[in-house]
Amino acid sequence: MSSRAAIRNEAARLRAGFETAGALPVETAILQPAEVLLDLYGEDIRARAYVTSDALRGEQMLRPDFTVPVVQMHMQHGATPARYTYAGEVFRRQEDDPDRANEYLQVGYEIFDKENPAEADAEVFARIRAGLGDLPLRAATGDIGVLLAAVTALRTTEQRRAALMRHIWRPRRFRALLDRFAGRTPPPASRAAFLAEDDPFGDAPQIGLRSRAEIEERIATLRADAVAEPIPEGDVLVIDSILNVRETMPHALARLHDITVDMPAIGTAVNRVEARMEALARCGVDVETLDFEASYGRSQMEYYDGFVFGFYSESRPDLPAVATGGRYDALTRVLGQGAEIPAVGGVIRPGLVVELGGGA
Amino acid sequence: MSIKLGVPSKGRLMEKTFDWFGARGVTLARTGSEREYSGIVEGVENVELILLSAGEIPRELAAGRIHLGVTGTDLIHEKIAGWDMQVEELAPLGFGFADLILAVPNVWADVNCLDDLDAVAAQFRAKHGFRLRIATKYHRLVREFLRENGVADYQLVDSQGATEGTVRNETAEAVADITTTGDTLRANHLKLLEDGLILKSQATLFRSRKAEISDADRKVLNTLCKTLKVD
Repeated sequence: MSSRAAIRNEAARLRAGFETAGALPVETAILQPAEVLLDLYGEDIRARAYVTSDALRGEQMLRPDFTVPVVQMHMQHGATPARYTYAGEVFRRQEDDPDRANEYLQVGYEIFDKENPAEADAEVFARIRAGLGDLPLRAATGDIGVLLAAVTALRTTEQRRAALMRHIWRPRRFRALLDRFAGRTPPPASRAAFLAEDDPFGDAPQIGLRSRAEIEERIATLRADAVAEPIPEGDVLVIDSILNVRETMPHALARLHDITVDMPAIGTAVNRVEARMEALARCGVDVETLDFEASYGRSQMEYYDGFVFGFYSESRPDLPAVATGGRYDALTRVLGQGAEIPAVGGVIRPGLVVELGGGA
Repeated sequence: MSIKLGVPSKGRLMEKTFDWFGARGVTLARTGSEREYSGIVEGVENVELILLSAGEIPRELAAGRIHLGVTGTDLIHEKIAGWDMQVEELAPLGFGFADLILAVPNVWADVNCLDDLDAVAAQFRAKHGFRLRIATKYHRLVREFLRENGVADYQLVDSQGATEGTVRNETAEAVADITTTGDTLRANHLKLLEDGLILKSQATLFRSRKAEISDADRKVLNTLCKTLKVD
C-alpha cells in the first residue's frame, strides 16, 4: 500500500505539470446535488456513488468525478477557449469487489475549445501520456462518434433510430433492438397479441399518472412499427463492421475508410478520426503502434461521444485504468440545456501511478 | 460457548420454522411470557436460540454474530453485498414462498415485458419531465435487475408498505414488490410483466461464513447439521 503522502505529492506534481502547460487550477465542492447526476446517469449512479442527504438540501452525492462540476462551472462563467486542471478525491461505491478503492485521488486536464477538436483531443492525450512519464502502459483508444454517425444514417424510422441512439452505451439492449429492427428476431409475442385485439384496454380502470392518451399514442407507434420495413441487411452489416474494428491506428483507419464506401454518411466521423491521428502524430505520439477499437469504452463511459482513451498496466491486469479520458460534447449539451461547448479531458489516478512505481 | 441460531421472532414464519426443526428432531420453543423474546433448543446440546426480526437476520449473519439463521432469500440478496461470500445456503425450508416481481397498471395495454417498460420510461420522461417512478423497498435487487436488462430512464422511490397502492395514489407509475398469490396486485389493478420476475424467494437456513467458531462449536454445528440432514 502506497502512503497517502506519496500519493498527494504525486497528485501535486501532476497538477503543477498541467498548470505549467497553461491550465487554470480549479476546485469543486465534494458534495454535489444528487439531482443533476441522477438526471444524467439515471438510477444506476446510485450503485456507483455515495448518496447522503439532509432535510434542507435533500439528496447530495459525494463527488464521483470532476467532469460534471467542472462543466457547470465553465458554463456559468468560463470564457472559451479554456484549459483547467484539478486534483482531489473522488468517491466510488463498491458493492462487488472489495479490492477496488472507494476513495482515491484524481488529477485532471480539461479543454473547452470550439475551434479545433482534433488538436484538442491530441493535446489532452499527449499531456496525460506525458504526466504518466515512462511507466510502461498500454494505451487504448476509440471513437464512439463513428458508431453514432452510423446509427444516425440507418435507413429506418426516426423512432427506431432514436431507440438505438438512447441505448448506444448499453451494448446488450442495443444489440437486441438492432436484431429486432432488422427482422433477425421477432418482436415479443405479447405485442403481436394485443395489437391484434380490437379493444386492448378491456375493463381496466384508468389509474396512475400515465394518461390514456399516452397509452394510445404508444399503441399507434407500435402499430406503425409493426408494418415498418426491416433495417436493410447492408446497414446492419455496417454497424457490425464498425463494432469489429480493432487494430492499430493506421489499419483501423483504412478499415473505416472501406466501411465508408458502404455508408458514406459516416465519412465526416471517419475524417475526424484521421485528423486526430495526424494531430496525435504531430504531438509526438507513435500512431503506428497505437491501438484503436471502435467500441472501446462503450459500456463504461457514458456521455463520451467522440474520442475515448485509457492507459492500462499490462503487468498488473488486476488494476483499473491508470488514466482515462475522452470527448464529452454531449454532456455539455445536456447540462447546457441546448448550449454546447465542445470539451475533451482526461484524468490520472496518482495512487495507481505510485503503486506501479512511477511518478517523481 | 455455543452455536447461535437466529430465527424470526414472531408470526407464521416463526411457527413454520419451529415446525421444520421439530420435524427433524430439534425442538425450538419460546420461553417466558408471550412478549418476551427468549427461547430454548432441545434435541441438541449447546445451541442457543436467538429471536430476531427476519429483516435483521441477514445483517447478523454477515457480521458473524450468529452462526446460523433462517430468513428469506430475498432479504439476504437485498441486504448483503456479495452475499455468497458472506453466507452459505444450507437448506431451503419449503415455506415462506414469495416472488419479487415488477408490475404495472392493467390499463397499460401496451406494456407486457421489460422491453415495453423501457420504451415507456423514455416516453414518460419526455412527456412528464421526470423519470418513471418504481415504488419498492428492494432497491439493490431491482436496480441490478433493471441494469442487467437494459432498462433506463426510471427512478426508484422508497415504499416500505402498501406498495401496490402507490400507482393509484400517483406517487409511482410501477411497483416492484413481493407477491405470493397475486391477489393484492389484481385488487389494485396491476399486472405482472411476463419477464419481470426478479427473484423467487423462500425461507432458507443460512450459515454465516464470517462467524468465529471454536473446535468444540464446530462439532456442535456438525451434529446439528447431521440431525437436520442438511450436511
